Amino acid sequence: MKVAVLRFPGTNCEFDTQYAFEKLGHITELVWHENETLPVDIDLVVVPGGFSYGDYLRSGSIARFSPVMKAVITYANNGGKVLGICNGFQILTEAGLLPGALKRNNDLHFISKHQNLCVINNDNAFLNKCKKGEVLNIPIAHADGNYYIDNEGFKKLEENAQILLRYSDENGEPVVVNGSVTSIAGVSNEAKNVFGLMPHPERALEALLGSEDGIRMLKGFEA
Amino acid sequence: MTKAVVNVFLKEGVLDPQGKAAHHALDSLGFDGVADVRIGKQIIIKLDTDDKAAAEAEVKEMCETLLANTVIEDYTIEIN
Repeated sequence: MKVAVLRFPGTNCEFDTQYAFEKLGHITELVWHENETLPVDIDLVVVPGGFSYGDYLRSGSIARFSPVMKAVITYANNGGKVLGICNGFQILTEAGLLPGALKRNNDLHFISKHQNLCVINNDNAFLNKCKKGEVLNIPIAHADGNYYIDNEGFKKLEENAQILLRYSDENGEPVVVNGSVTSIAGVSNEAKNVFGLMPHPERALEALLGSEDGIRMLKGFEA
Repeated sequence: MTKAVVNVFLKEGVLDPQGKAAHHALDSLGFDGVADVRIGKQIIIKLDTDDKAAAEAEVKEMCETLLANTVIEDYTIEIN
């Protein structure tokens, strides 16, 4: 598999993301935000975490208009797979590739810790190696992770199985972490080729460092 | 020269965590009778044109495209 990893001024998870996919045996290529095209023959675009453009105005709002994002939008609209992690999730919602928006955490704190997540839907190109209802232990690190969507949008997410993950306790029961609507931690688009989540699977690759649950998540794209 | 003042706020019904925190702080400082606090941002734009209608139309487009995220935010435009 060949994975393009985007890089904006302020991105800081690009090397972790490369490390993760290379550890799984894949080829990665960093793509600078000024590029107007994506590398050829890629199987996946990852928009990694960080603070693109200093989170100025709103997280992801400036990055969304960079030249490379035009190419990503075209790629996604043609069915290409795109994964946004943390700031990447914010960029994809700002770009309109994913529904909803991410607001400041309810308690206004930057939250950085390991967090249990419950797999809500696995019938997709991302979480197919995870079981429905399974609890994963994945680090979170964000200030603007409070997922908002209106009632009508939420109904569509549920009906179309677009809710990927919820923040949960160790038994899979939803918990309030940042104020997200029904504790949502990740969603997909309607066509299920664009995925976004606030937690960082690329930081959960070694049992020694607390969790290797991220491997099963990222391996989903191999199928 | 035309000056546009844009105010961007979270929509009614979308919880404003910063407003809520400031509201709590005002309560604990003894300011009674505060019904609600909303915190937003103000963006001041100077445009080269003197055509106020054209300026307003252009600033509206700026808001829709970049300055506000209309999924969660409302905006107002004042042209001076």
